[in-house]
Amino acid sequence: MIVEHAFLVGFSKSFGLFYLIALSVAVAIHAMKPSNKQRFDEAARSILRDEAEPWR
Amino acid sequence: MIAQLTLIERQHAIMISAAIALLGGLMILAGRDDLMGVHGALISVASIIMIFRIGGSYYAPPPSEDRLRHYYDDPSKVGIVLSMMWVVVGLAVGDWVAWQLVNPDLTFGAGWSSFGRLRPVHTTSVIFGFGGNALIATSFYVLQRTSRARLPDQVTPWFVLFGYNLFCLLAVTGYMMGITQSKEYAEPEWYTDLWLVVVWVTYFILYLRTLARRKEPHIYVSNWYYMAFILVVAMLHIVNNLAVPVSLGHAKSYSAFSGVQDAMTQWWYGHNAVAFFLTAGFLGMMYYFLPMRAGRPIYSYRMSIISFWGITFFYMWAGSHHLHFTALPQWVQTLGMTFSLMLLIPSWASAGNVLLTLNGAWDKVRDDATLRFMMVAGVFYGLTTFEGSFMAIRSVNSLSHYTDWTIGHVHAGALGWVAMITFGSIYACVPWLWKRERMYSPKLIEAHFWLALAGTVIYVFAMWNSGIVQGLMWRTYNESGTLAYSFVDTLVAMHPYYIARAVGGLLFLIGGCLGAYNVWKTIKLPGTAAEHAGDLPQPVVLGAGIPQAAE
Repeated sequence: MIVEHAFLVGFSKSFGLFYLIALSVAVAIHAMKPSNKQRFDEAARSILRDEAEPWR
Repeated sequence: MIAQLTLIERQHAIMISAAIALLGGLMILAGRDDLMGVHGALISVASIIMIFRIGGSYYAPPPSEDRLRHYYDDPSKVGIVLSMMWVVVGLAVGDWVAWQLVNPDLTFGAGWSSFGRLRPVHTTSVIFGFGGNALIATSFYVLQRTSRARLPDQVTPWFVLFGYNLFCLLAVTGYMMGITQSKEYAEPEWYTDLWLVVVWVTYFILYLRTLARRKEPHIYVSNWYYMAFILVVAMLHIVNNLAVPVSLGHAKSYSAFSGVQDAMTQWWYGHNAVAFFLTAGFLGMMYYFLPMRAGRPIYSYRMSIISFWGITFFYMWAGSHHLHFTALPQWVQTLGMTFSLMLLIPSWASAGNVLLTLNGAWDKVRDDATLRFMMVAGVFYGLTTFEGSFMAIRSVNSLSHYTDWTIGHVHAGALGWVAMITFGSIYACVPWLWKRERMYSPKLIEAHFWLALAGTVIYVFAMWNSGIVQGLMWRTYNESGTLAYSFVDTLVAMHPYYIARAVGGLLFLIGGCLGAYNVWKTIKLPGTAAEHAGDLPQPVVLGAGIPQAAE
């Protein structure tokens, strides 16, 4: 199968330009979704040791 | 340490070492008329020493089952010691080459000590020797704690650590003999590259195996950064080093790419090495050790997620900003420039996270030099990423490229961000690892901090000045339209800055030596501190031997 140069350039200039930006928007939505807040807050606290007892 | 291995593990370790010794033997045979034979001998000797070390403790009593109740920290300990050894060597060679630029006679006439050979010795020793060992050591430490799971076996981590150091040793000795692919930060030749692939894939599998055993449902953000570091470096390393050796008994190889494709592949590799070796891995370190040392959770976990994926998506495209005004198509250059500017978002999200986490705990930063190392690292991370995005703009690049400004930028990142966060993390982690109350001397940490900061600032200011002077002189024309200054004129103008740079580097080196001494004395301190009650892996339930991927 021979892929034309023009096709590759067209593909990278159209799809290639936007898909990573689209993924970034998706990540921003995932990170900022209010229902995820509690999960993330717990994750941030999870590494801090409680001296008195085993982890959590 | 070998007594910690079970009998089966000792046998496996001996078999692996024997296989490597055999490989070394084959290299001696195949490369007997070439420098490759010297490396074959080095590999054989290193693995035979390893066999004797294990053999010496082969009949030691087997370890008690109690070991499984603790995290496996021996490889982390050795990794940190190796890291401190590499940093002293790497900084010393770096300062030597800095003085060579002040006075070229300081090569003392030997081939191995010429600037072109010592400079990659410096970069490899500090980036891969110091940075790499610190990343491997802390990644094992952080991975086990955040997963509340022990490493799955006791041989693989040693294979990764020693195998990686063998790679560094082959690289550095090779440069001094003149073995190089002459690709920046990817200088080692094909057989050394192949060896790193084996080690690195093992490292990634080890990471996944431990994660699969985790008792903590959420994978903490540090692990994401460490995993990106391991996975992407494997990818970059394999693609950029695709090459055909002259013969199997010859060290020289030729790249699979040519011309502008070769340049683009190299800088796709080079800039992502900055992103995933020198940034992602150290961000993983920062997101664990900063909250632990400050005793408070990271300011915004959400921001750390956005920053992670931002770095992963955007960095991949930034490499072409190294090739402005070259044969590379204009649109690829513009793409690199645009993504470099967008990178400011995830970079500043992390830098901001550092400062906002410490906000309200500035008294701790004032009193604790270890925490101050981490804070300054965050500040330099913010400064350097801003500067990097700025320098990627084509019109700025026309002034800065090929000048000492680039060297200044790289060292603001390498000294100010990478080394500072590493020293901070090592100072935090050494007492925890060796169960000491604290480091041997807080005063020495304080001295190290100020030497490192002064050294970095002197270095960076010298190179900014030198770079801009150089860039301006190169583009100054006289009335008749020809260049106003010869190349030698620029050298004369740069000389005082080169002295300042070498002095800055010397201060940083002295700081590094103090750090190595302090770590050594801490290890030698008698007595152990009470173990943190929580610093234990979740006990393994009998009959639950199958890795629990998703709990």
